[in-house]
Amino acid sequence: MKGTRKTIFLGAIAALAIAGGLAWWQVALPGPLAFAGGRQVDLATYRGRSPTGVPSELASADPLTKGRYLTEAADCQACHTAKGGKPFAGGRAFKLPFGTIYTPNITPDRETGIGAWSDAEFVRAVHKGIGRDGQRLYPAFPYASYAMLTDDDVLAIRRYLASLAPVRQANLPNTFSFPFNQRWLMAIWGALFNREPVFRPVADRDAQWNRGAYLVEAAGHCGECHTPRTLMQAMNTRQKFAGGAAEGWNAYNITGDQVSGIGAWSSDDLVSYLARGHAPQRGVASGPMAEVVALSTGRLTPSDVAAIAAYLRTIPSIRSSGLPAMAGPANPVASQGPTGNPHGKRVFEQACVSCHAWSGKGAVSPFQQLTGIRAVNDRTGTNVALMVLNGGGSAHSPGPYMPAFHAAYSDAEIAAVANYVTARFGTQASNLTAASVRELREQ
Amino acid sequence: MTTINVNGQQREVKVDAETPLLWVLRDDLGLTGTKFGCGIAQCGACTVHLDGAPVRSCQLPVGEIGNKPVTTIEAIGTTPAGARIQKAWLDLDVIQCGYCQSGQIMSAAALLASNPTPDDAAIDAAMAGNICRCGTYVRIREGIKEAARHG
Amino acid sequence: MADPALSRRQVLRGASLGAGALVLGLTVRGVSVVAATGAAPASAAFAPDAFIRLAGDGNVTLVMPQTEMGQGIYTALAMLIAEELDVALEAVKLEEAPADDALYGNPIFKVQATGGSTSVRGYWPVMRKAGASARAMLIAAAARQWHVPAAECRTEPGEVVHQPSGRRLAYAALAAQAAREPVPADPPLKSPETFRLIGHSQRRLDTAHKVDGSLRYGIDATPEGVRFASLACAPVVGGKVVRVDDRPAKALPGVQQVIVLDDMVAVVAETSWAAMRALAAMDITWNDGPNAALGTADLWADLEKASQAEAHVALDTGAAAKLSGDGVIEAHYALPLLAHAPMEPMNCTVHLTSGKCEVWVGTQVMTMTQRAAAQEAGLSPDQVTVHNHLIGGGFGRRLEVDGVRKAVRIAKHVDGPVKVVWSREEDVARAPYRSVYGAWLKARIANGKVEAWSHRVVGPSVVARWLPPAYDGKIDSDAVDGAAETPYDMPALLVDWVRHEPRGVYTAFWRGVGPNMNVFATESFVDRVAREAGQDPLAFRRNLIGKHQRARAVLDLAAEKAGWGTPLPAGAGRGINLQYVFGTYLCTVAEVVVAEDGTVAVKRLTTAVDCGSPVNPDGIVSQIQGGMVFGLSAALYGQITLANGRTQESNFHDYRVVRIDEMPQIEVHIVPSAEAPGGIGEPGTVTVQGALNNAIYAATGIQLSRMPVDPSLLSKSAWR
Ligand code: FES
Ligand code: FES
Repeated sequence: MKGTRKTIFLGAIAALAIAGGLAWWQVALPGPLAFAGGRQVDLATYRGRSPTGVPSELASADPLTKGRYLTEAADCQACHTAKGGKPFAGGRAFKLPFGTIYTPNITPDRETGIGAWSDAEFVRAVHKGIGRDGQRLYPAFPYASYAMLTDDDVLAIRRYLASLAPVRQANLPNTFSFPFNQRWLMAIWGALFNREPVFRPVADRDAQWNRGAYLVEAAGHCGECHTPRTLMQAMNTRQKFAGGAAEGWNAYNITGDQVSGIGAWSSDDLVSYLARGHAPQRGVASGPMAEVVALSTGRLTPSDVAAIAAYLRTIPSIRSSGLPAMAGPANPVASQGPTGNPHGKRVFEQACVSCHAWSGKGAVSPFQQLTGIRAVNDRTGTNVALMVLNGGGSAHSPGPYMPAFHAAYSDAEIAAVANYVTARFGTQASNLTAASVRELREQ
Repeated sequence: MTTINVNGQQREVKVDAETPLLWVLRDDLGLTGTKFGCGIAQCGACTVHLDGAPVRSCQLPVGEIGNKPVTTIEAIGTTPAGARIQKAWLDLDVIQCGYCQSGQIMSAAALLASNPTPDDAAIDAAMAGNICRCGTYVRIREGIKEAARHG
Repeated sequence: MADPALSRRQVLRGASLGAGALVLGLTVRGVSVVAATGAAPASAAFAPDAFIRLAGDGNVTLVMPQTEMGQGIYTALAMLIAEELDVALEAVKLEEAPADDALYGNPIFKVQATGGSTSVRGYWPVMRKAGASARAMLIAAAARQWHVPAAECRTEPGEVVHQPSGRRLAYAALAAQAAREPVPADPPLKSPETFRLIGHSQRRLDTAHKVDGSLRYGIDATPEGVRFASLACAPVVGGKVVRVDDRPAKALPGVQQVIVLDDMVAVVAETSWAAMRALAAMDITWNDGPNAALGTADLWADLEKASQAEAHVALDTGAAAKLSGDGVIEAHYALPLLAHAPMEPMNCTVHLTSGKCEVWVGTQVMTMTQRAAAQEAGLSPDQVTVHNHLIGGGFGRRLEVDGVRKAVRIAKHVDGPVKVVWSREEDVARAPYRSVYGAWLKARIANGKVEAWSHRVVGPSVVARWLPPAYDGKIDSDAVDGAAETPYDMPALLVDWVRHEPRGVYTAFWRGVGPNMNVFATESFVDRVAREAGQDPLAFRRNLIGKHQRARAVLDLAAEKAGWGTPLPAGAGRGINLQYVFGTYLCTVAEVVVAEDGTVAVKRLTTAVDCGSPVNPDGIVSQIQGGMVFGLSAALYGQITLANGRTQESNFHDYRVVRIDEMPQIEVHIVPSAEAPGGIGEPGTVTVQGALNNAIYAATGIQLSRMPVDPSLLSKSAWR
């Protein structure tokens, strides 16, 4: 997913160039599957059903269908489409403190897209983060994960992209200033952190697990958002899946921890969440994750979703101190709740309670329950505020819909309601200010 | 085919489970007293009672209802709180265009049924989700208090 | 009130067949009263050219020329008739008038339109005279029967009484004979001391069916076999459909038809929901046309530029010469685009067959609706029947017939009746708006007194499009209403107007109309000038009032009731707005508290109003209360913004309106008066922005020049 546009990685890289390098332990991070133990083998020598390519349901599909499936599994569309823009034509902005990066057009238009690229150039870009003319790509593009995709799968994606209608839409220049515009610095980063070869399955694990691993680590690039970053902005695999960030949203802990991770989730919960964006009593995929479900996991076959769930359930537990056990339902009586935040209560009673209910549990539909939801039990309040700002879904399509309140409510009001919601429905009240909401607005 | 209990009657409706109750009431069952105002749970015009609790029918998929009884404006007068609210509404001439008032009355009746003597804060908490473009709020507040007095 | 289950046609027939009914008619000029017996015209040629029918059962039917949209006009006009006819208000049955300008044209507009706070003003003489004529004829009929002089007879509600003998006859028994009496040329009107109804609060006549959901609004019309349509119009004014991929829509259940026209797309389905959902699933490519790049900033820049163009002078008593050079105070004020967003979303049901068109809608303009439908259907107006309904909120939105036109265009492609319902998003984003307006004012003061004052208004002429005969090509009286005539006597005054039609939007009337801008600008500037003169805003206004002594009374009363001059804590302030528009004097004192972060809380609105003879005092209070809430929503939150020609707001989550939990305390005090009535629907809305702005000015020393209130300009660090 569009995970890696990390806040300060380029700054760190500049520091590296100046300082001449960092201690080896900072770069000698475990491989993505190291946690599993066992013996990793080359794909060619792996004995089970191949974990790469398309699932067995699609074994006899035509090449374009296969290519589209893999394109969806790799979730290319979300990042390569501007908000409200043409699919795959690029232009989506990722705002970083030192400038804005725009994703490129990957439709087959020869001038503005990738129509003129050779296959080899395409594979090199996806695997190594090197552009057509040899320039280094910023790791906002998750090539550290995509490096694990097989050549065949990358070329299948390539074929599918080539079948799209070309869209003439020039790429927008990034707005980075020195030293962050020094792309050669990326070569150093790539050399240090893009060392993972093509996916190597674990011989001692079954085919479903290895399929899940391929989908999660290579195609789905889940760790790009859900794994915290090191100082060097590499995925800190020692804290694998213990929670990261995506476009200002907190991407929560998806380790097996019972309290702060997804250890308490059943396989059905995980499958439901990945396939439909909602697991009853667990939560609703919001923000960037809602897009992941809409454009990627929600389009995968049941066997692949099951494989992802099976794999995720083997991730070692890590407890996140900021994510305590979740609170139970709130009191259904309006006045029996947090006091001292009348503005937050006012906004809640105007705009929120109609769906979410004063208890958080008696909501109109299960999608709207606030009880037991991670975001409201996150004391930063970040995801609650972003949800209020940006909403989710669409008014006239079935399924959950939440309007975006950014236009009508002030920063102070949105901070107040987020603090009220975390106080009423979560374990600990957040303490957002108008200024912090202003920052989130700019994401 | 889904069966729902509306105003004490079992009604069979041939719609898919995702259809919001609002449109089932209005277009399939001919109960046009429940109004469409926004479709996104922001105005309250579509308020009905589900098992006595006020809900926005524009956001309630008919498949979520199960066997919980639905009460609409057409039958709210048969409940003691509903009848008192209706009477207070007429006595105080709360209503102007009236389009929001089905929803206002449903929200107010639910409030009164659960809290016979609501104070201003309770009225705000129960009624702030109901918009009135004609601006009848002053009288809505008075109407609820009037109905409470005669409880 | 009209029984929703009974069609108007049935009511008419019932009334006309009733034995011995008195039917009183009068024309728009309100001068020629004609009478007919009920039995006579029971033919196909029967024309309902009447306001009153007194049936043999004693019931009085009043054919309502005006549309009820919550403003209480059914009650007020019925009171006028019932007062002069002398019947109980409960005996009056109301029935909507059919489309006919000649018979039912509003006495002020001459077309059958409800708006501009004209109903009571226009019908005050007409309705009273109609009632008085009927009463005189009933007295004459009784006198004839008793063989006594008419002068010995008087009426009590529903009866004629012969004073000396105490004999009584019910109106019902007299109706047939009364119909044969000559129509009095100049029937005596009751003197105000004898009013039983006028000036005494009456319960509304239109609400019994509004408490139980049984009233059918336009959106509830369901003719046999109706199907449901949802529509998407070009998101940019002037845009066209380029391409539509309707496959995803057609694959959905219940979808029957996709209609693609040059500037809109509609889906017809078995239910409204199916239609809305299918429309959302559709992939429509638009060509946005010439307004593709338009943004709100362009509209402001255009307005500013237009302010330098040549203006038409509305009034000039020699101010210009005194307003150049040093010592001149200048200010600019502006108002944004606004949507009406009435609670009942736009809708229209149409059944088009060859040579015939039926329309079910709630409209403020019956005949315009009929003509628009006829034009779109390619029929003559008499082939179009409009079934008008009580309206779920008008505010000017339903003075427009764009929705009717669109619905008829859709219906041309549909076999059978079709109900077109606008989603709220469509309703907000593709609607005619209250225009942007700007005002540029100047004043000079000497010795604490205003020496000269000028007021330039820049804005569109809605009148020129909506009622062309009312626009002389120079001055649109609505555009300068509240600027040219104010409650004040300015020694030298120049008011001029630049007509400026904004690009890329359709403009429409909006509750409060022209005076919204002009009163906001005038009253804000009065406070500005008062501050420059070092005077208290109340005292300054009292000194400026000359001939408008009624203005002084409302000013003093509102100030007194609001506790003007009593101390307030820091961050709090009071502001006055005094106005004379729509024939009504009204003064509001707003009390606000501005928080350190600039958030404005409105605590109290205290209003005194002199609207001439108050017909239904409680109805007046209700209209002022509601009008102020409407104005408050605009002042605090209301604005429509454009980017790339598209409206950015869509529904109540981003087009915010005031809710019950942020309501100020509202007090309305009526000043008794025997003058002819003034309008009451608009003034409450007009009064809010100036009062609020002046209260903020008093609290912070910052005077805002544009609505809605922008809290970011009001944080404590900026207070003066
Ligand atoms: S229509 Fe349901 S809340 Fe507005
Ligand atoms: S009475 Fe008209 S919207 Fe409430």
